[in-house]
Amino acid sequence: MIGLSNIEKRFGDVPVLKGVSLTVAEGCVTALIGPSGGGKSTLLRCINLLEIPNSGTLRIGEEEMSFQPGVRPGWKDIQRLRGQTGMVFQNFQLFPHRTAIENVMEGLITVQKWPAERARERAVSLLRKVGMDHKADAWPATLSGGQQQRVAIARALAPSPRVLLCDEPTSALDPELSGEVVEVLGKLAEEGTTMVMATHDLRLAATIAHEAVFLEDGQVVETGPSRELFARPARERTRRFVATLTQQGQHGEGV
Amino acid sequence: MLHWLTLMADSLPSLLWAALAFTVPLTLASFALGLVVGLMTAVIRLFGPPPLAAIVRFYVWIIRGTPLLVQLFLIFYGLPSAGIVLDAFPAALIGFTLSVGAYTSEIIRAAIGSVPKGQWEAAYSIGMSWTQAMRRTVLPQALRVAVPPLSNSFISLVKDTSLAAAITVPELFQAAQRIVATTYEPLILYVEVALIYLVLSSVLSAMQVRLERRLARYGGFLEARS
Ligand SMILES: Nc1ncnc2c1ncn2[C@@H]1O[C@H](COP(=O)(O)OP(=O)(O)O)[C@@H](O)[C@H]1O
Ligand SMILES: [Mg+2]
Repeated sequence: MIGLSNIEKRFGDVPVLKGVSLTVAEGCVTALIGPSGGGKSTLLRCINLLEIPNSGTLRIGEEEMSFQPGVRPGWKDIQRLRGQTGMVFQNFQLFPHRTAIENVMEGLITVQKWPAERARERAVSLLRKVGMDHKADAWPATLSGGQQQRVAIARALAPSPRVLLCDEPTSALDPELSGEVVEVLGKLAEEGTTMVMATHDLRLAATIAHEAVFLEDGQVVETGPSRELFARPARERTRRFVATLTQQGQHGEGV
Repeated sequence: MLHWLTLMADSLPSLLWAALAFTVPLTLASFALGLVVGLMTAVIRLFGPPPLAAIVRFYVWIIRGTPLLVQLFLIFYGLPSAGIVLDAFPAALIGFTLSVGAYTSEIIRAAIGSVPKGQWEAAYSIGMSWTQAMRRTVLPQALRVAVPPLSNSFISLVKDTSLAAAITVPELFQAAQRIVATTYEPLILYVEVALIYLVLSSVLSAMQVRLERRLARYGGFLEARS
């Protein structure tokens, strides 16, 4: 229900995504793995159109959009597609001038024009889901990184997106603190939330994700069920990368 | 000594009247209008089309590069030769507004630029438009950075309005000059007028401190903490 076909993205003359095609089924969790600079973040940002691809086609649910070099899609069309997505950032990016619950309510009130009371109810239930309802009125600056990220997940889920995009959701966190974020994402996966997450964290990539996509140098090298890909990578390149991740994993790091 | 005090007390009502009728309204109105001009100028410079950005850059360059007194004289005494005749108060209002606009545009531009790009992206990612992101996410954070330097501009402005005396606006300083012309007591009167300016700017400073405290309540910009 998410389909990327032949997505290309250049920054200036530098090609960063070189024709990426990918399908993500509804309710499926896909991990994007691969070395730094391989294009994982750019790919995620092309899905919610924070970056506009130079060419290719993007489909989310019933919405579809094709891209051509030099043609910037209209704001309405961008909104329509972006509205299907929620995003969780590596460094959380909570709104520092709003409390935890206000962060979650913000999209509902400003964008969806919900009445405040209804937005508050939904925000409370989302904060409860991520185990942050006891900190509803806290300022983000007073929360730990793991707590901030959990609030950020609730904020991203508030407008009921069809897909949750996570860009290295645990890599700014210490291993102990990232555990609580992994747990929340695992719970969402069990509930059938469709997610695409760039990550180096084995707990996310090998345990929670159903599918894994190995992206290197702007190209998909290998893709398959995540257990398969981690246990029996088909390509030599994938095998070496998975080996480095596993090694780091054994040292208790989710680098 | 008694003579001094009597003189001060006698002149106080007309000085306070001049302050209330001219200095304070001129300050408040030109600061409010100047902020609007400054915000628009900053936004055009940051996000506007290049030709428009070049025009506002020219405006800022002219205003910052010439003395305020000269600008006021140009507007009040110079423009009539070009067929534009303005009363003293509107002329002063325009002059101060343009000046405030130019200086605050730089402050606002820096403050908007200090909000991390990730905040725009977070706002977009929950579906906000550019305007919504600006109004709900970026400006409130920029405001916090901008308040101390904007307050400084405001306090300078209160004192700068005394320049309006030179283009016949009967504000506080001019009122003092007029009393000096009849009493021949420049020392007393100018000390008195200085004290009134001091009180005005001290009150404003105190308000600035309260505002900053209020804006500081949410803590710092967020670092990725873990
Ligand atoms: N805004 C940008 N401008 C120019 N180059 C960029 C930009 N964003 C990313 N890149 C480049 O694109 C490549 C892929 O980056 P990224 O998608 O962040 O990879 P990853 O998330 O896998 O580490 C890198 O070489 C990076 O330097
Ligand atoms: Mg990245």
